Amino acid sequence: MSTTHDTMPFDQALASFEPVLGLEVHVELGTNSKMFCGCSTVFGASPNTQVCPVCLGLPGSMPVVNAMAIESTIRIGLALNCTIASWCRFARKNYFYPDMPKDYQISQYDEPLCSNGYLDVTVPTDDGPTVVRVEIERVHMEEDTGKLLHAGGATGRIHGADHSLVDYNRAGIPLVEIVTKTIEGTGALAPAVAKAYVAELRDLMRALDVSDVRMEEGSMRCDVNLSLNRPGDGWGTRSETKNVNSLRSVERAVHSEIERQAALLTSGGRVVQETRHFHEDTGRSTSGRSKEQAEDYRYFPEPDLVPVAPSDAWIEELRATLPELPSAKRDRLKGEWGINDFELQTIVNAGALDLVEATIAAGVDSAAARKWWTGELQRTANDRGVELADLGVTPQQVREVEALIASGALNDKLARQVFEGLVAQEGTVAQIVSSRGLAVVSDDGALLAAIDDALAAQPDVADKIRDGKVQAAGAIVGAVMKATRGQADAAKVRALLLERLGVSE
Amino acid sequence: MDLTRLSAYELADALDKREVSAVEVTQAHLDRMTAVDPKVHAFLHRTDAAALAQATSVDERRASGAALSRLAGVPIAVKDNLAMRGEPTTCGSRILEGWRPPYDATVVARLRARDLVIVGKTNMDEFAMGSSTEHSAYGQTRNPWDLDRIPGGSGGGSAAAVASFQAPLAIGSDTGGSIRQPAAVTGTVGVKPTYGGVSRYGLVALASSLDQVGPVARSVLDTALLHEAIAGHDPRDSTSINAPVPDVVGAATRADVRGLRIGIVTQLSGDGYQAGVSQRFAEALEHLQHLGAEIVEVSCPSFEYALGAYYLILPSEASSNLARFDGMRFGLRAGDNGDNSVEQVMSLTREAGFGAEVKRRIILGTYALSSGYYDAYYGQAQKVRTLIVRDFAAAFEQVDVLVSPTAPTTAFRLGEKLDDPIAMYLNDVATIPVNLAGIGSMSLPAGLAPEDGLPVGFQIMAPPMADDRLYLVGAALEAALRDQWGHLLIEEAPAL
Amino acid sequence: MTISRADVAHLGRLARLELTDDELDHYSTQLDVILQAVARISEVAADDIPPTSHPVPMENVFRPDVVVPGVDRDEVFAAAPAHEDDRFRVPRILDEE
Repeated sequence: MSTTHDTMPFDQALASFEPVLGLEVHVELGTNSKMFCGCSTVFGASPNTQVCPVCLGLPGSMPVVNAMAIESTIRIGLALNCTIASWCRFARKNYFYPDMPKDYQISQYDEPLCSNGYLDVTVPTDDGPTVVRVEIERVHMEEDTGKLLHAGGATGRIHGADHSLVDYNRAGIPLVEIVTKTIEGTGALAPAVAKAYVAELRDLMRALDVSDVRMEEGSMRCDVNLSLNRPGDGWGTRSETKNVNSLRSVERAVHSEIERQAALLTSGGRVVQETRHFHEDTGRSTSGRSKEQAEDYRYFPEPDLVPVAPSDAWIEELRATLPELPSAKRDRLKGEWGINDFELQTIVNAGALDLVEATIAAGVDSAAARKWWTGELQRTANDRGVELADLGVTPQQVREVEALIASGALNDKLARQVFEGLVAQEGTVAQIVSSRGLAVVSDDGALLAAIDDALAAQPDVADKIRDGKVQAAGAIVGAVMKATRGQADAAKVRALLLERLGVSE
Repeated sequence: MDLTRLSAYELADALDKREVSAVEVTQAHLDRMTAVDPKVHAFLHRTDAAALAQATSVDERRASGAALSRLAGVPIAVKDNLAMRGEPTTCGSRILEGWRPPYDATVVARLRARDLVIVGKTNMDEFAMGSSTEHSAYGQTRNPWDLDRIPGGSGGGSAAAVASFQAPLAIGSDTGGSIRQPAAVTGTVGVKPTYGGVSRYGLVALASSLDQVGPVARSVLDTALLHEAIAGHDPRDSTSINAPVPDVVGAATRADVRGLRIGIVTQLSGDGYQAGVSQRFAEALEHLQHLGAEIVEVSCPSFEYALGAYYLILPSEASSNLARFDGMRFGLRAGDNGDNSVEQVMSLTREAGFGAEVKRRIILGTYALSSGYYDAYYGQAQKVRTLIVRDFAAAFEQVDVLVSPTAPTTAFRLGEKLDDPIAMYLNDVATIPVNLAGIGSMSLPAGLAPEDGLPVGFQIMAPPMADDRLYLVGAALEAALRDQWGHLLIEEAPAL
Repeated sequence: MTISRADVAHLGRLARLELTDDELDHYSTQLDVILQAVARISEVAADDIPPTSHPVPMENVFRPDVVVPGVDRDEVFAAAPAHEDDRFRVPRILDEE
C-alpha cells in the first residue's frame, strides 16, 4: 500500500533505460441500447432506472447481442486497418465483484472480432512533427460494469468507506477494448506518443460517430502498461496503471511511471507486476492489487451466445460507410489552408480542427478562423478546463463576430468581449454587443474631446509630439483608448491626434 | 367423475364442450394436492389464488364466446427453476429462499398466454443437480409408486406431481436426464426437445449448453400438446432455433412406425442394466418390430466417454452460472454484520446458501476451468463432445431413431446413493449423450420390472429438429402397450 | 493428479465459498474420486478434433439497437437484501488504494 516512491528525473531515467509501452483503451459505444439487452444507455439517469433482468444478472436471464455494437466494432477495426475475424465467439471472464451483476463479464478472449491493425500518430518533437506507427494487437467487445459509490468514509473513496452503493445503469453498456502491441523505441517521446495515440483514437471514434468519447464522463478510459529495460537487456517487469482518464493524464502517467521505475531499478529494487491507480490531482499513481495474487479468470466460450461470423459482404458494406479518417482529413486541410506542419499541429493540439473547418465553411477566412480558435478561444477553454468544443462558442458565432469586425462595428478587443459574453451564456452576438454596449466610437467629436483631455493631462508629451517626436503619440493614443474603454479605432485616434497637433508622420 | 384422472386432452375437450368449468377442474386438482402432497411433497409452492383467478378468467371468456387456446383451463405444474413473476422461485436452494422474480420466463409467459392454469412450483434437486430430488433444500420428493423410493431427479417434483394426479401436465428441465429419468421411474412421459426448441429465457441456468425445457405428462399425446404450446422461437434466447416447430401433435396422432428403422445403441444396453429393465426394453422392441419397424443395432463408441465429458462440462458451466448468487442483488445474504467485507459476505452467503452437491460441482467446475487445467479437462471434454455429435450423426445415417432404456435401474431407495456421487452420476449414463449432442429425446413407460414391480423407462432419440419422430414412435409403442394392458401403466400406480 | 486440501481451499476462494475444515477434507477426497472417474476422457486421441461449445450450430444472432422498457426499480429492490438512496447497498469493499 505504498503511496510514494523516490523518483528519478525524467532525462536521467531515459539516459539509462528504454521504456516499453502498451496501451489498453476502453471506449463506450454510443448505441441506444445496451450490449445484451434493450435498456437505455443515456448518461445521467436516476440510479437503477435503466435496468432489466439481463443487465442486473437476475437468475434465468439471457443476453442477446446488439447488432449495432457489432457493426461499430467492425467499423473501428476497419478504420484501424485490422483483420476482421470470419468467426469468433464471446467468452466469460469469471471474477467476483459487486459492480458486476453476473460475477462474470461477457468479453472476448482468444477470438477477438478485430486483430492486427495499426494507427499512425503524429507526435510533436523539437525537430517538428514525426509520425509513429502504433500497432494494434486486437479490438474486442465486452460489457461495462455498474458504478460504485463509497459511503460512510470521509473521502468518498473506497478506502475507509463502511459500505458501498451500486447503480447498475452503466452495467451492460457496450465497451470496445483496443489493445496495442508493445510500443518500443520511442525513448523520451514515450509520454508524447501515448498521448498522441489516445488523442488520435479519440478523433477516430468521433469521426466514426461510434462514441461521444468524453474522457471526463468515462466513456473513454485508458490503462497504461509500462516497463523499463537497460539497452540490450530483455524486457523488464511491467506495471499496469489504471484510471488514466484525460489526455494530459496519459502523458503524465507515462512520464511519472518512467521516473518511478527508473528510481526503483537504479536503487537495486525491482518492479512489481501490479495494477496501479493514477490520481489526477497529484499526477502520480499508487500501488493496487499485485498480479501475483491476481484472479484466475477461467475464461471459456459464452454458451448463452452463438458465434459471430461476419460475411465478406457485410464487412464490405461497413467499409463503405467509413468516413474520411482524421489523418487523411488533416492532410487535406493542410493543403487547402496552405499551412505548415507546425501550424497544423497547433490547431490539432488545440482540438480545433473541426471547429476551424466549420468556421471557414461558414465564410470566415482561414487566417481569422485559425486566429480565434487557437488564440483567444483556446486560452479561455484552458482557463476554464474544458474542451474547446464544449466552450459554448459556435463556428457560426465566430462568423458573426468577424462580419462585425469587417464592417468596422467591432475591433479585436471588443470582439474578445463578445466571446467572453458568449462563454458566459449572455445571449446572442447581437444581444451581447447591445447589452454590453460594445461599439467602435467613430464620432470624431467625441474622439477629439478625449484627445484634448489627454493632451491637457500630459502637456509634456504634447510638446514632444509638436517637436516632431511622433513616436511619443503612443502615450496619448493609449490614454484615449483607455478613456473610451477600448471602443475606439486606435489608428483613427492616432490620425486625428496628429492632425490636431498639425504634425505629419 | 374424478377430474384429476382425466388426461389433458380429455380435460381440454370437456372444457371446450363446457361439460366442466376451469374453476372446477382447478379446484379438483388443488384438492388432490391437499390430500396427497403431504405424502409425496411434489410441490414447493402452491399458487392457489392465482390459479383460481386464472381459471375464473378462462371460464368468463369462454362464456363470452372468446376464442381460447386448446389447453385453456388445464392445470399445470412448473418446475421451480423457471422464473414466475411475483411467485417464489427457489430452484430447491436456500440461497433463493423468498426470492420473487420481477419477470416471467418465456415458457411461463407462454403458458399464461395460452391460459393454462399454473397450480404450483415443483420440487427439484438444488439447481437441478441430482438424480433423486434428495438434494433439494426443502425436503425430498417421494415416488408415488413407493414412498420409500426416489422419484428421480432433478425434476422429481414435476414427475411425481403428474404421476400422483396432482396435475395432468408439468414443465421440467433436462440437462443430463432431469426430465426423462424421473419420467422413467414414475411411469410418466417426458421429453427433452432439441436444444433450442424451447426457450431457456427465465430458466435458471445449470449448464447453459446442455439445459433444455420440456414437457411432462401421463400420455404421449398430452406431452405433444404441451410441447406444442411451449415450443418455438424466442428472440430473448440467442440459442433458440428460428424455424417452425415440428408437428409433434400430428405425429403423436399418427403413431405409425411402419418402415421406420430403429437403432439399438450397443453402448447403452447390456451390462450394468437391471435385468427387469433390459427385459421390458426387449419386449418394447418386439412390439415396435411387430408394428412394422425394422430394428437394427448401432454402435456409438464415443458414448463410453460421455459421462466423463458431461461431468466436466456441466460443473464448469455451472460454476460460472451460479456465480451471481452472491447475496448482493437478490436472495440470501449471510454474515453482513457491518464489519465483514463484501468478499467475506459473498463467501459466507454462498457457503450458507448452497448445499453439498452444489458446492461439490462448483469446486469441480472451478478446477476444470482454471489456468493450467482447462485444456486437459474442459477443452478435452468439448472435443469428446464433438465425437459424440459425430457418433449420433453417423448413427442417424443408418436409422431414423435410436433407442435405449432410459435409466439403468428402476427407482432406488431414498438415501441409497446420497453420499456416493459416482453411483448417483451413473444413473444418467443413458440420458447424457443426448444433451451433449443437443438432440431431442423421450422417455415413456415400458412396463414394470418383474423383480420390484416398479416402472421402467424406454428412451427414444431423434436427430436434431426431428422431435416429431419421438412422438411417432412413442405414441405407437404406447398404443401397443395400452392394448396389451388395457390401460396406461400409470393407472396401476397406488392410490395414495 | 490428486487434489489436496490446499487445492480445495484455493478453489473455494476462487469460487467464494467459505469452506469448513470438514468440507475441505470431504471434498478433496471426493474430487479425487470424481476426477479419476472422468479422467478417462484423456484416453481419447483428439488432437485434430475441434471442440464443440454449442450443440446446435448457429451464427449471427443479434437484436436491433432499440430501447425497450426495463423493470421497475422498486420491484427489484423489494427482492434485494439491502438498498439505500436508490442503489443496491453492499458491504465495504477491501480493495486497491
